[in-house]
Amino acid sequence: MKAANFAYHAPTTRQELFALLAELDDARMIAGGQSLVPMMNFRLAAPENLVDLNTVGGLDGIEVAGDRLVIGAMTRQRAAERSATVARVCPLLVETLGRVGVQQIRNRGTVGGSIAHFDPTAELPVAAVALDAEVVLESLRGARRMPVADFGSDYLTTEIEPDEVLTAVEVPLWPEGHGAAFDEVTRRGDSYAIVSVAALVLLDAAGRVARLSVAIGGLTHAPARLAVDAMVGAAPEGEALAALAETARALPADGDGLMAAEDKQHLAATLTERVVRRAGERARRSTGG
Amino acid sequence: MADTIEISLTVNGQPRTGVAEPRRNLADFLRHTLGLTGTHVGCEHGVCGACTVLVDGASVRSCLMLAVQARGRSVETVEGLAADGAPLHPLQAALSEHHGLQCGYCTPGVLMTLLELQRELSGRPVDEAEVRHALAGNLCRCTGYQGMVDAALAVLNAPAGGATPETR
Amino acid sequence: MTLAERPAGVGISVPRLEDDALVRGKGRFLDDITLPGLLHAAFLRSPEAHGHIRSIDVAEAEALPGVHRVLRYEDLRPLLTMDRIPVAMPSGALKFDVDPFVLARDEVCHVGEPIALILAESRHVAEDAAELIMVDIDPLPAVVDPRDGLAPDAPQARLDCPDNLVARTSAAYGDIDAAFADAPVRFAERFHLHKGGGNSIEPRGVVARWDPMEERLTVWNSTQMPHRAKRLLVTTLGLTERQVRVVPPDVGGGFGPKFVFHPEELAIAAAAKLTGLPVKWAEDRYESFIATVQERDQFWSMEVAADADGRLRGLRGTLVHDHGAYTPYGVALPYNSATNLLGPYVLPAYALDISLCLTNKVPTTPTRGAGRPQGTFIMERILDLIAERLGLARDEVRRRNLIAAERLPFRTGLKTRDGGEMTYDSGDYAECQRRALAAADWNGFPERRAAARREGRFLGIGLANYVEGTGRGPFESASVTIGPSGEVVVTTGACGQGQGTVTMLAQLTGAALGIAPAKVRVIAGDTDASPLGLGAFASRQAVTAGSAVHLAAGKVRDKILAVASDWLEVAAEDLELIDGRVSLRGAPEVGRSIADIAAALSGSPGFSLPKGAEPGLSAAADFQPDAITYCNGTHVAEAEVDPFTGVVRLTRYVVVHDCGRLINPRMVDGQIIGGVVHGIGSALYEWMRYDATGQPLTCTYSDYLLATADVVPRVEVHHMESPTPLNPLGVKGAGESGTIAAPAVVASAVEDALRPLGVAIRDLPMTPDRLVRLARQARAAA
Ligand SMILES: Cc1cc2nc3c(=O)[nH]c(=O)nc-3n(C[C@H](O)[C@H](O)[C@H](O)COP(=O)(O)OP(=O)(O)OC[C@H]3O[C@@H](n4cnc5c(N)ncnc54)[C@H](O)[C@@H]3O)c2cc1C
Ligand code: FES
Ligand code: FES
Repeated sequence: MKAANFAYHAPTTRQELFALLAELDDARMIAGGQSLVPMMNFRLAAPENLVDLNTVGGLDGIEVAGDRLVIGAMTRQRAAERSATVARVCPLLVETLGRVGVQQIRNRGTVGGSIAHFDPTAELPVAAVALDAEVVLESLRGARRMPVADFGSDYLTTEIEPDEVLTAVEVPLWPEGHGAAFDEVTRRGDSYAIVSVAALVLLDAAGRVARLSVAIGGLTHAPARLAVDAMVGAAPEGEALAALAETARALPADGDGLMAAEDKQHLAATLTERVVRRAGERARRSTGG
Repeated sequence: MADTIEISLTVNGQPRTGVAEPRRNLADFLRHTLGLTGTHVGCEHGVCGACTVLVDGASVRSCLMLAVQARGRSVETVEGLAADGAPLHPLQAALSEHHGLQCGYCTPGVLMTLLELQRELSGRPVDEAEVRHALAGNLCRCTGYQGMVDAALAVLNAPAGGATPETR
Repeated sequence: MTLAERPAGVGISVPRLEDDALVRGKGRFLDDITLPGLLHAAFLRSPEAHGHIRSIDVAEAEALPGVHRVLRYEDLRPLLTMDRIPVAMPSGALKFDVDPFVLARDEVCHVGEPIALILAESRHVAEDAAELIMVDIDPLPAVVDPRDGLAPDAPQARLDCPDNLVARTSAAYGDIDAAFADAPVRFAERFHLHKGGGNSIEPRGVVARWDPMEERLTVWNSTQMPHRAKRLLVTTLGLTERQVRVVPPDVGGGFGPKFVFHPEELAIAAAAKLTGLPVKWAEDRYESFIATVQERDQFWSMEVAADADGRLRGLRGTLVHDHGAYTPYGVALPYNSATNLLGPYVLPAYALDISLCLTNKVPTTPTRGAGRPQGTFIMERILDLIAERLGLARDEVRRRNLIAAERLPFRTGLKTRDGGEMTYDSGDYAECQRRALAAADWNGFPERRAAARREGRFLGIGLANYVEGTGRGPFESASVTIGPSGEVVVTTGACGQGQGTVTMLAQLTGAALGIAPAKVRVIAGDTDASPLGLGAFASRQAVTAGSAVHLAAGKVRDKILAVASDWLEVAAEDLELIDGRVSLRGAPEVGRSIADIAAALSGSPGFSLPKGAEPGLSAAADFQPDAITYCNGTHVAEAEVDPFTGVVRLTRYVVVHDCGRLINPRMVDGQIIGGVVHGIGSALYEWMRYDATGQPLTCTYSDYLLATADVVPRVEVHHMESPTPLNPLGVKGAGESGTIAAPAVVASAVEDALRPLGVAIRDLPMTPDRLVRLARQARAAA
């Protein structure tokens, strides 16, 4: 299990990075390496050129810009998980990141890498979709933005072009007082999710749903958004919530060797009910209702 | 054959230099280029935790980091916990005392994980669930974990000025 | 033997001598070994589950810079005395021995079978070269499911075997027809059991060096069985015993697979001999998933006959065992399952028909527990089923069936696999269960369950009893030698992979000789130091090597006392051994150092030895157990199961264990807790899966899940000590026993938690996927 040879490139500026990607054939970027290096050790990936994002200045960092949280792609998952800023403005990300692998992986794995890799069982893309997050894709040709919800095109494949770098993830902020929750079913502890659900909710003064967003991961190649309009105006519990869970059950799902599609849909329904309820309780608590 | 690269870094406080292909991971570099075989390799895909070392104080899988990526950084390995002939670090002593190791293959990784935890807690008491959670990334096939959990609890919750050591 | 007559050195948790080096990172494991000029090896392995090799072209690979040689079967065959490696264990039941080749000759029979061996300046380059080897393989149909493999129209798993039924055997006694005739309770059940691989965190590995001057081969081998490895190397390489030395370095866990001699062990040794250069092969994790023996699948179909009060009358049925592509371990694995099924219970009649099917997968051989967890699972599930049918409590059904203490020694009616009568030697099974139930507050459980239900949580409790045959022979050897320097050296064929074997033997020796264990040097498993030996298997080393060392150290002690008694002119009974001296009890100044006695016994030219003494302060002993000694225990576990997600959380785990006398209680606890957690892994997580063409699907630790610290409960261990009369220490084995009841007790608890849904647990492992499906099916049926 030793990686095949490659030429190693360590650009230090964005311009150098973009130029390398434009010019090199068969180049792969390495961020945290926590998904890529295992594949290289198994020789499932054997790029001729490895371009290290770790040496490029300014690709990490967490800041609030207006009504958006901007997380640099190279921000370590652990750094985002522990960031006071993230905790304050986007608790959903903290909870979600806490479920990504183990701390030794998050110490090195990056926020951008997790989204770029787009593993169908990964947690972060699910939260990102629930948050309506966008990725910023940059190259010599310029920059473009794309909703994470549109980013995945097939299993482990995204809309990114070979010369593009995912430089940041931008998260529109929910108002103070919103509630959020994330949960997943795993085969053991904090290993990859079979199905995971992220939800954000804002309640009105009467404790009814003013705004709700739910994303579900693990059913197909990309997280699915749940249609939630029917919940607006209802309390996030009881029959309305049960009906929402049924909507989750009706989402398309791919079965696999371990679990039938209908059982994944069952998990989606179960988790949706639990996660939305929990998000609602948190919203109620934070608004003091 | 790909070009080799000169890699200078600090290991356990000492400056070290070695030459390696860029594909050589930090675990192999420590073990076979620098001869520090205390760091073990059990899976080479990031799950077993036997290769866990600290890089700039953070626990990482040395099998998933390229040696070139450690240029200029500070790496800590199990060999740095206690000098040859010197008394054991309290975590090492406690692992033995609580029978937290059997074959010892996972032990170096376990120690580095616990060292990071100890520093992060910096004296805050810790419960069993938190210790178990912290150890979730270190596979051990021998002990059933209980001895290492007990060892960690004993050291991490020792009264200040008691058995809790100054971490180095 | 009574507990009062506890032999010296027994019952003390001496700190482990192994630990200091290990916690400092100064252990010396296989891959830590370097030698000048060392070549690094990688294997090209079969990508096909079954196929015929048409050609292997190594030219391009050999031309790669840094590659020393690429070897195929025909390159190594001239060094060997025979075509195949004679690894088969004697077994009358096997219709044919299917021994492996050093490298595949013309047929590959599982994914991962070694085809070519690359020697290069680094492992990286060796793997580069492997990609350049052109192998042309004609795929052949593969046998994946053993039940299909036994069908009349099944493809052949091996073209060199006429059919796939490599063995058919049985375990039977009593009048089974009578037991079933007019039995008030009769039912049938099927079970599909999986048990995973050994998964020592250190994979296998070999370093071999041929010394052309001495014509001698030295092999460092991460093995449980150095002496057996040596014997096979001597035989296959046509060398003499003097020419081969096998040494286990520090071994990072064994758990069964390192018992088995794999083709790589010969290939690396042969390559070193052929090239004259030292060669290292350190197995990587992918190789260990595809090329290291595993335990895998069993399909049981059972019929039960019982009395109206829940007493067993008879069990009969069939067991189909997935045997894999070779037969390195005879029928021992399924036979252990069959015999261990009996447990501590009275079973008047038994008839199990066992079929071993060749499949196109890695061979199956024992991993920790060695087939016993499966047998125990079947029996314990059956007892739970009887309880449910009759409306009896699960503990009561067991109580009615347990063998009463006064009936021990108890002949079960079966034969052990070495042909002896399977006889339980000592124990009190009912008392063991009683203590376990008390420790786990079994009677208080209904309240805990009700409280949990009020919070919407589903709790269940389970129990399981088991026995384990330990301390298998034929023998283990040891010697104890004290030289004029005073150093005490113990040599033995036994060897450790983490169990604390060195500490255990030093402890026994030190106690006999009045020397601190830390001052005893134990050389375990080096074939140069101990000409004879077996090694680590069947939870045997405390029993066999412990007894051998105890006997040898006792003889040395007698020698010391005899000489000292003569020198000091006092009776031997009045002497004591303390801190390396033998002296008059109560008058320590009257005495001599043991080193002096060793010096005297080592002789001076022309001077006579002390009166009546044999030369040398040394003694050897072999311990040959007359029979297997049976340890036993009861496990009780509580589980919280989420009926909607299938996630199981174990909330309590109690073990009461009886392995006779405890030599080092803390190390015994460590063995049991480690075993329990391994067993929890088998129950809930570990699953080596293959697709329909025989391609393995779970070759990473993200797919093949081992139990981690965060998902296992604290295990509470209590001991009973029923010394066995079968060895001088009164000890029984403990290395595997923790694994044996874990799947059964977890199943019992999970089923109990899901009782409101009517979910029945018949299969292992109990993954969330399976439990969610079972819950769905139960809902549909309701
Ligand atoms: C033991 C273990 C357990 C894990 N458990 C989980 C888990 O439970 N949940 C989970 O979600 N993940 C898990 N992971 C994966 C981990 O979160 C990875 O960190 C993540 O998937 C990828 O991030 P990275 O920074 O490590 O990226 P890398 O591994 O460096 O890269 C992954 C891929 O993304 C590309 N890429 C990376 N960054 C960029 C960028 N900025 N722009 C364009 N392309 C880029 C790379 O070229 C590569 O193809 C686990 C990993 C391990 C080893
Ligand atoms: S060897 Fe690095 S995690 Fe297993
Ligand atoms: S002590 Fe052997 S793997 Fe942990």
